Amino acid sequence: MPSKRFALVDPAYCVACGCCVKVCPLSAIAVWRGVTAQADPSRCVGCGKCVRECPAGTISLTEREGQA
Amino acid sequence: MNRKKYWYDYLWIVTPIYLGLGFFNILFAWLGMLFFCLPLLIAIFGGSKLYCNRYCDRGQFLGLLGGRLKLSRNRPTPRWMRSKAFRYGFLVFFFVMFFQMLWTTYLVGAGAQSLGQFVKLLWTFRLPWHWAYHGTLFAPWVAQYAFGFYSVMLTSTLIGLIVMVLFKPRSWCVFCPMGTMTQLICRLRAGSPEAAKDCAGCGGCAK
Repeated sequence: MPSKRFALVDPAYCVACGCCVKVCPLSAIAVWRGVTAQADPSRCVGCGKCVRECPAGTISLTEREGQA
Repeated sequence: MNRKKYWYDYLWIVTPIYLGLGFFNILFAWLGMLFFCLPLLIAIFGGSKLYCNRYCDRGQFLGLLGGRLKLSRNRPTPRWMRSKAFRYGFLVFFFVMFFQMLWTTYLVGAGAQSLGQFVKLLWTFRLPWHWAYHGTLFAPWVAQYAFGFYSVMLTSTLIGLIVMVLFKPRSWCVFCPMGTMTQLICRLRAGSPEAAKDCAGCGGCAK
């Protein structure tokens, strides 16, 4: 059963530093072509580690559709 | 969960070694050109920020001090510091100061100015550093460039340490001029970040 929440990155403000990639326990987040981090909602369990780590504050946990 | 450690996870050691070598012989500052050229080459030819993501010694060093050693207050980076205006403004300021340093190097090379055996901290304060200069077989401008470059590296490390303590361990990454520059290059290569919506987040492009 998927988690209620998943990480969502704001590509406009992501600095693509890769801090989130290092802390993700499920490798559910990657940096896309050096532009922005991108989380895979199907793998993300919404633990929030990347949210706490992100120095640019661009990651938030979002409710999955239909589970809000 | 502990991630498997690779050789590049220990690159944080490069920061204290680099600053330490420059304390004894300023000509070692030239090694810092690697920290300038590698990210640019990776961004231009590889189209990624692999340097920031994996090999940046300073990022790892700040992460180690602020994370594992818990020297960071771990507060959110201020909104103004995360703004695009500040990021790009700092990049422009950094470039202006860098070219000023190149101009000084040119003046010393042309014989219009004598070699300044000091390190300029925060682009303002002159720290005596004469003990690190033992003469050189090369022209004086080589040493002048080393003093200037070491000043840039020491200043940026100091700013990184201050924001690490005050905010998050890697708050420096938010406005790091090299990071901003390489992201701009990657953005030009990759097109609009809107295209990232199609990304599956598999990490394949980062390998």
